[in-house]
Amino acid sequence: MSFFRDPVVFLTQWLNGVLAGWGLPPAWVQVISFTIGGAILATGAMLFVTILIWGERKLLGRVQDRYGPNRLGPWGIFQSFADMLKIFIKEHITPVGVDLIPYNLAPILSVAAVLMVWSVIPLSMTMYGVDLSVGLLYFVAVGALGELGIIMAGWGSNNKYALLGAFRAVAQLISYEVPMVVSLLVPVMLAGSLSMNEIVKQQNIWFIFISPLAALIFFVTQIAEVGRAPFDLVEAESELVAGFNIEYSGLKFGMFFVAEFVHAFTVALIFTTLFLGGWRGPGAEQYPLLGFIYLMLKTTIVYFIAILMRGSLPRFRIDQMMDVNWKLLTPLSLILIAVTALAVKAMQPLSPWISVPVNIVLNLILIYLTQQLLVRYFKRRKIREVGSRNRPVARLEEPVTSTAESEGSL
Amino acid sequence: MLSDWLYIAIFTGIALFLPGVAIFLAAVLSPKKPDPIKTSTYECGMETVGEAWVQFKVQYYVFGLIFLAFDVETVFLYPWAVAFNKVGLFAVLEAILFIAILLGGLIYAWRKGALEWV
Repeated sequence: MSFFRDPVVFLTQWLNGVLAGWGLPPAWVQVISFTIGGAILATGAMLFVTILIWGERKLLGRVQDRYGPNRLGPWGIFQSFADMLKIFIKEHITPVGVDLIPYNLAPILSVAAVLMVWSVIPLSMTMYGVDLSVGLLYFVAVGALGELGIIMAGWGSNNKYALLGAFRAVAQLISYEVPMVVSLLVPVMLAGSLSMNEIVKQQNIWFIFISPLAALIFFVTQIAEVGRAPFDLVEAESELVAGFNIEYSGLKFGMFFVAEFVHAFTVALIFTTLFLGGWRGPGAEQYPLLGFIYLMLKTTIVYFIAILMRGSLPRFRIDQMMDVNWKLLTPLSLILIAVTALAVKAMQPLSPWISVPVNIVLNLILIYLTQQLLVRYFKRRKIREVGSRNRPVARLEEPVTSTAESEGSL
Repeated sequence: MLSDWLYIAIFTGIALFLPGVAIFLAAVLSPKKPDPIKTSTYECGMETVGEAWVQFKVQYYVFGLIFLAFDVETVFLYPWAVAFNKVGLFAVLEAILFIAILLGGLIYAWRKGALEWV
């Protein structure tokens, strides 16, 4: 019975007991059980995302009015496994003149940077890699490693488009990190801790209901961090051929996509953990397995909302993307921090029945003011007309009549 | 506490090991038939002109600098946010002053035109 209540703790205790029974010293028991747990977590993350790729392609297909994958297995469910197998046996072409160390290290680093985040995410009450006291800071720091992977790929490829794509990517990623880091201060402030587990435990009221604006800013910046539409300038195929990964082939190329898909799911997971109460739900404390199911349900919903955005929005231009970040999100998040800090502090003695609605109202006022400012800005802005309304066009009243004459002259 | 970081170290190793091994296996299994045309730089399909490590837009550098200033300064706010429930109103006002200085810096950069993508 205890297995179904909490399989992870049960199995860990069983494993530790077996290892200690072999007469291993406690330190080695810990190392071995950590290694096995970590390997299962990392492999599970990658395999789970493989299934999600199918869901994403299916949903994107429906958005674009087609079926999506539907050949392999029921509803095409084995499509992503077939793709994996195919890309696994493709030739690795190493172009001349590449810088071998960054070129080969980049795909590994991209995947590793994303996977490393999983070690601090609480998947249920008892199921987590590690309850790090600086978990959120760790997430921010490790997330930045992905940018290193991208710039290494662009620099090592010996290709102008790749270099340009890498510069764009890094400019986008580091810019969007500023509002992300600032908006992350809100959950930290409300929970009074950087530990992910502690933040989840403090969410008697989901933080999205206390500060919807912070959640919105975090969501937008995370989509930009993943580099998906509408922020997919990184791999703007119509402008940059393919972005930083032009010169890659075979599984090295595939690894960038693995990294992208795992990243997309990871940010949904982080969003759920920080703003949607993580694994919390009715009965999740008694049955941690139930908490895991709640977490996955919430995360999948967030993930599919992001995919619907990807399917329906056009791509930003680079100056627009920079403007959105530096002139809208960054000042807004800074103001939000100041307002939230003051409001929460001033209303600390009051009951949450008063302070939470006031916080929501303050957030909504900020959203409204921003929206009004934007509307005024766009009304005032003059759009330069390219071309003219009375551009000369071929008219039916003056048909080209010279055909017969030219034939005659020939 | 220390075992937490042991887990992080082990997990980092695993996170690097998994894609590394996958790429290594794929490199062993996949066919290898390089020829001069295949391994030439692809770019956009046209023949490559000049070397790849070219000069790039100075705007990237400007944004890099602004990012550096902001990221370092916002990290200072994290300890304050962790201790938020324990500090008094005075510390909150001080932090707001700090945020106001940050905002001032942003407005300065904005007015100077550093945020324009030209």
